[in-house]
Amino acid sequence: MAFSSLKEIMEYGEKSGLPFWEAVLLDDMEERNVSREASLEQMRYTWNAMLEASSSYEPKRKSASALTGGQGKQMEAYCEMYPPICGPFMGRVITEALKTAESNACMKRIVAAPTAGASGVLPAVLIPYYETCGTSEGTVLEAMYTAAGIGQVIALRASISGAAGGCQAEIGSASAMAAGALVHLRGGSALQISHAAAMALKNLLGLVCDPVAGLVEIPCVKRNVIGAVNAISSADMALAGIESRIPPDQVIDAMRAVGDKMDSTLKETGMGGLAATPAGMEIVQKLQRG
Amino acid sequence: MHIFDILGPVMVGPSSSHTAGAVRIGYAAYKLLQEEPKEAEIYLHGSFAATGTGHGTDRGLIAGLLGMQPDDNRIPDSFQIAEKEGLSFSFAEKEIKAAHPNTALLCLTGKSGRKAEIQAASVGGGRILIQKLDGVELNVSLEKPTLIVHNLDRPGCVAKVAELLSDRKINIASMQLYRMSRNGTAIMALETDQPISEEAIHSLAHTDGILKVTFISMNT
Repeated sequence: MAFSSLKEIMEYGEKSGLPFWEAVLLDDMEERNVSREASLEQMRYTWNAMLEASSSYEPKRKSASALTGGQGKQMEAYCEMYPPICGPFMGRVITEALKTAESNACMKRIVAAPTAGASGVLPAVLIPYYETCGTSEGTVLEAMYTAAGIGQVIALRASISGAAGGCQAEIGSASAMAAGALVHLRGGSALQISHAAAMALKNLLGLVCDPVAGLVEIPCVKRNVIGAVNAISSADMALAGIESRIPPDQVIDAMRAVGDKMDSTLKETGMGGLAATPAGMEIVQKLQRG
Repeated sequence: MHIFDILGPVMVGPSSSHTAGAVRIGYAAYKLLQEEPKEAEIYLHGSFAATGTGHGTDRGLIAGLLGMQPDDNRIPDSFQIAEKEGLSFSFAEKEIKAAHPNTALLCLTGKSGRKAEIQAASVGGGRILIQKLDGVELNVSLEKPTLIVHNLDRPGCVAKVAELLSDRKINIASMQLYRMSRNGTAIMALETDQPISEEAIHSLAHTDGILKVTFISMNT
């Protein structure tokens, strides 16, 4: 039985003395009837697929529409040339988010986390942290269980689909997952993990899904960047002891309510928002002309 | 949803519903045909028709028909691979009544002449539903190993299948029954907790009243 609230995961941890991530691991073992080793092995495979997606990035590759590609490289070159305003770590985060999201748009292999459109958010925080902060693979896997547990609760209580809940359900959920993962990497508590997730989700509440021409390119690729950056600021706030005034599970419920009220033109139909701008419509016409 | 539905699938982009789901539909159709396809007439409905090309839905479906899984790096090149492997295909748009927006209809002919007609929908996160098989409406997710039996719609067929599985200590997790018309062709879809051996499938296929038996495990 999967957890139906973040509170339930925390209470389980308090009773059993187990950290957040381990509660999620034990639940997976029960849910899929697998051993601890088998579950960890699957998580390691998932992590390696994220690393491979980043290392196999091809800056020259373009998407089907030829509108996407090369910006990860562009950002990387900028960071090497000038110190970015947001600092070198954040520069790498932005670069990674662009690389994975562009690779996805270019039909390369990625890990949907929780969706393909939001696949850049989690690796964008995990990979630079792993490579620059001296964290072990084992701790990264724990952070991924943390992220998965948060995503599972969101999927159950609200949605992780842009068509059902708008972009807040995709990039918002990914950002909440990444924020929780970062708190774990820094040794934060289960309470801090859930408040980091809540703050990340709150900050992206109401975000609409308005892909130009219906393709997972504009504005999806760059929204992966805001998802990752927002995760970092939310994690840092939580680690500082700042809490979401609205309890985390209620934030998730609010995300669902907002998604339900959102007009269908703003839920992955390619009919509203940026998709409906003159420039967006021009792209549609260009693609139809072939 | 289990945690690897949240962190996963590992897949070729750009869309879990329009790309990964399309590959799975193609793969399921290939398994249902029970042999390599020689010809595929494919019809796309709704969002699959409107944005399929930009999402690689077409290349995904062909990749699946060639036996590829959603994480196969060759998916973008599936059209060229199809040509090499002797699979000819065509795509057309089609308005299918009351169908899910992400629906494909595949009319297949296999290398030895077998035929199969599959209508399936991609319902999110790469998950699919087979909604029509050879003209019979059904609702099968193929998330667990699934046995699909075509039989004559007459008394005793269900009992025979259940008995044969019971004799081999195979537990049925779920069972659905469908038919096109009374006394016509019916389809049973059974999810089982244990794998089903070649021998059991062979015995089933040679049981009186049973027309065709297909066992599908999407991960192999």
